[in-house]
Amino acid sequence: MNWQSWSQFLAMGGYGLYVWGSYAVTAVVLVAEIVALVMRRRGVIESLTKYYAARGRNHETKA
Amino acid sequence: MSTSKRFSWFHFSSPQTFYPLAGRMQPWFAWLAVLFCAVGLYISFFVAPTDAQQGESYRIIFIHVPAAWMSMFIYLLMGFWCGVGLVFNTRLSSMWATALAPTGALFTFIALWTGALWGKPTWGTWWVWDARLTSELILLFLYIGFMALQAAIDDQRRADKAGAVLALVGVINIPIIYFSVQWWSTLHQGSSVSMKSAPTMAMTMFAGMIIMALGFWMYSIAAALSRVRCVILERERHTEWVMAEIGGRT
Amino acid sequence: MIRALGWVLRRDLLLVFRRRGDVVNALVFFVIVVSLFPLGVGPETSQLRNMAPGVLWVAALLACMLSLARLFAPDHQDGTLEQMLLAGEPLVILVMGKVISHWLVSGLPLVLIAPLLGLQFDLPADALGVLCVSLLIGTPVLSLVGSVGAALTLGVRGSGALVALLILPLYVPVLIFGAGSVGATAAGTGAEAHLLLLGGFLALALVLAPWASAAALRIAME
Repeated sequence: MNWQSWSQFLAMGGYGLYVWGSYAVTAVVLVAEIVALVMRRRGVIESLTKYYAARGRNHETKA
Repeated sequence: MSTSKRFSWFHFSSPQTFYPLAGRMQPWFAWLAVLFCAVGLYISFFVAPTDAQQGESYRIIFIHVPAAWMSMFIYLLMGFWCGVGLVFNTRLSSMWATALAPTGALFTFIALWTGALWGKPTWGTWWVWDARLTSELILLFLYIGFMALQAAIDDQRRADKAGAVLALVGVINIPIIYFSVQWWSTLHQGSSVSMKSAPTMAMTMFAGMIIMALGFWMYSIAAALSRVRCVILERERHTEWVMAEIGGRT
Repeated sequence: MIRALGWVLRRDLLLVFRRRGDVVNALVFFVIVVSLFPLGVGPETSQLRNMAPGVLWVAALLACMLSLARLFAPDHQDGTLEQMLLAGEPLVILVMGKVISHWLVSGLPLVLIAPLLGLQFDLPADALGVLCVSLLIGTPVLSLVGSVGAALTLGVRGSGALVALLILPLYVPVLIFGAGSVGATAAGTGAEAHLLLLGGFLALALVLAPWASAAALRIAME
């Protein structure tokens, strides 16, 4: 085990800002991408549902 | 005599057949990503020892190098599939290239960001305009340009092909990034990892880096699969099968 | 084929000659931008001398990029481009002719006026010479690579900013070695390597860019 205590782990030998700044931003970016993908999928399904519903209604009135 | 169904290599090259396959594959790659990243992170913090020269700041390598590798690798794949779409006129190839781009751009950003945060304690500067950093920055602009060009053109086929030309023109940047540390004496260190000889770093560090790289790779595949499914739904909205797919949800 | 190239070249130059404003545009932009910098950063000569290669090269780059708007767009609007695509001649040759005419109008004048502007920045004579040579080799590369961007964004709304986004990353190596050559001469370390690399870029661009532009034009026009 490399670390004797939590505070040692967080401090990273004095480089804590740099190491955790890197890891944290990476985590934020990747999580943001996942969230964006989930929201995109929901948005697509929602808009297509509305699109087909509108088209369905149009076809009914035409027929 | 039973009817034998000849396996066609091109069976999954249509959006309709690829969509469900992507849906089935995506969770596997997502979990593999979680697994590899978990193991990689464990190694990076709890197994790999402190570096003699750089202290703990070197631990950024476990993100920086895999992200840089992915940024270049994804661009090459994007260029490849753009080329296939351009030559063979296959819609799915272009869709896949479009799906890869944002993930590649994000990894390029991560590589640049973590590189800056690593450079400050080790070199004393956040940024330097040497060949490798400059060409990696250019790579980010190439990704953004690709996405902007495709977004600006309304006609989908034209957008795919124009993006393909741009992506292929930009491929020349990748060897520049990779070989820049050999061609020029730069501030960025040379490669410690090569295909021909043993790595010049401790095995635990090397293992951690490779496993994180695998994790990022699995993540990229999972993200791209997820994105290509959205792209397929968006672009194939006029087909029966998409209507059925969406209809089955309401 | 050479005749076709000559024909396109002659037509483009004739059109520019009739609207001489186009020639002057790039040139005036170059001169004005370069002249703004001493006004902005102050007249201290050592600072200006350091900045000069970069400023002159960036201004040349921007002037070239601005003039890309008249490379394909006017022909596209009046239907000539469509005729060029239907012509029996290889599109690559016709594109090459247009790029040469673009360079003659928007690149070469910059090369010729650069020494005068370099004097504004107190550049020594040998640096001025290298500046001219670097621009002479580099501006054709800018025209060639720029033609790819112009072809890709033909008729797209908001194409001005988009061309900049697409082309500037590809311009960066030319800028680095072009400005670097002048800087190296001023510092005394010799500009050979830079100029040779620029020559390499020119060779690469001559081979690849017309082909990529022609492909992009076909994509834009189908």
